Amino acid sequence: MAEFAIILVSTILVNNFVLVQFLGLCPFMGVSNKLETAIGMGGATTFVLTLASICAYLVNTYLLAPFGLEYLRTIAFILVIAVVVQFAKMFIEKTSPLLYRVLGVFLPLITTNCAVLGVALQNTNKAHNFIESTFYGFGAALGFSLVLVLFSALRERLAVADVPEPFQGAAIAMITAGLMSLAFMGFGGLV
Amino acid sequence: MTELLNSDFSPLIIALFVLGGLALVFGAILGFAAVKYKVEGDPIVEQLDSLLPQTQCGQCGHPGCRPYAEGIANGEEINKCPPGGQETINAIAGLLGVDAPELDAEHGTEAELPTVAYIREDECIGCTKCIQACPMDAILGAAKQMHTVIVDECTGCDLCVEPCPVDCIDMIEVGTTLRSWKWQLPEPLEKISHMNESIIATDAPKAGGQAS
Repeated sequence: MAEFAIILVSTILVNNFVLVQFLGLCPFMGVSNKLETAIGMGGATTFVLTLASICAYLVNTYLLAPFGLEYLRTIAFILVIAVVVQFAKMFIEKTSPLLYRVLGVFLPLITTNCAVLGVALQNTNKAHNFIESTFYGFGAALGFSLVLVLFSALRERLAVADVPEPFQGAAIAMITAGLMSLAFMGFGGLV
Repeated sequence: MTELLNSDFSPLIIALFVLGGLALVFGAILGFAAVKYKVEGDPIVEQLDSLLPQTQCGQCGHPGCRPYAEGIANGEEINKCPPGGQETINAIAGLLGVDAPELDAEHGTEAELPTVAYIREDECIGCTKCIQACPMDAILGAAKQMHTVIVDECTGCDLCVEPCPVDCIDMIEVGTTLRSWKWQLPEPLEKISHMNESIIATDAPKAGGQAS
């Protein structure tokens, strides 16, 4: 059990996918204007990332590895992610209209989120087993949601702050992201 | 599987089959899901909703634009939307294939130009009645404090004018500014051909074909 806790802490804080590994920066900058949408995006990403890392593990272990086709990982994982996202979207739309209204617009965006592919590829590189892969994906998603929510809360405050004119808008957002990244470097060496 | 591995197939062919098979299975899953999890939507409501002005002003008697769109889909009159005005009525009539009625005056009159509410602040007594009436949360203020209107949020729906006990709210027209200015599009082709009919003297044959 301690092993899984270490994986979670490592993916959420130490090797945070956004601020330390710089994956998934597009939604990090794009969907962080409002706290509400950031929470929606975080929820959708958590859902998809966990599911996608499970499916990618299964495809890699039971389909690619027996045939010695590991070199096709990237393209196979892209296929897996796209299908998982699309299927999840249809399933949610039918079974839970409320959840669909919250997550719906974000689901197609996640298809092109490179953190999802990054997690799947790192799982195979680090030779994680099934449960480790699941936790790794889940932790990465939690870390992504955490910084997305933190960053959007900061940006909501920044919107009403007295920012000097040359720094307004995207410029101050970039600087904030950089400072957050510096802050997260402080977790280095924790695990 | 072991047979396949030991056979003389070139790795390329195996790769093709594996990836192709994967794609085929996924395609089948998605196709199945599309049929199994099909969501019944009412496209006419969506279309009507997109024609309405989305001011959510409630002057039609519904709590917002989408409920009114559902009402229209169930056979309600289409002339209850003052913010949209005649233009919206015509668009809805075109969509539903019915004659366009005049705007129903019972629900309010069409503003000639887009307006926003303006509170004469030295007369405001801070009763918060207009704040409660505003469907857009565009009025800022607290009890016994002077109120003011957030111009960007105000849709000009008039609803705050009525409840004000001291009549200190004016509807003022929004002039064209650099932010709201739009390029004037040329007249649609139908209107131009319609205009041609009122020409008095021409040697061109009439649209009916007979040369006069």
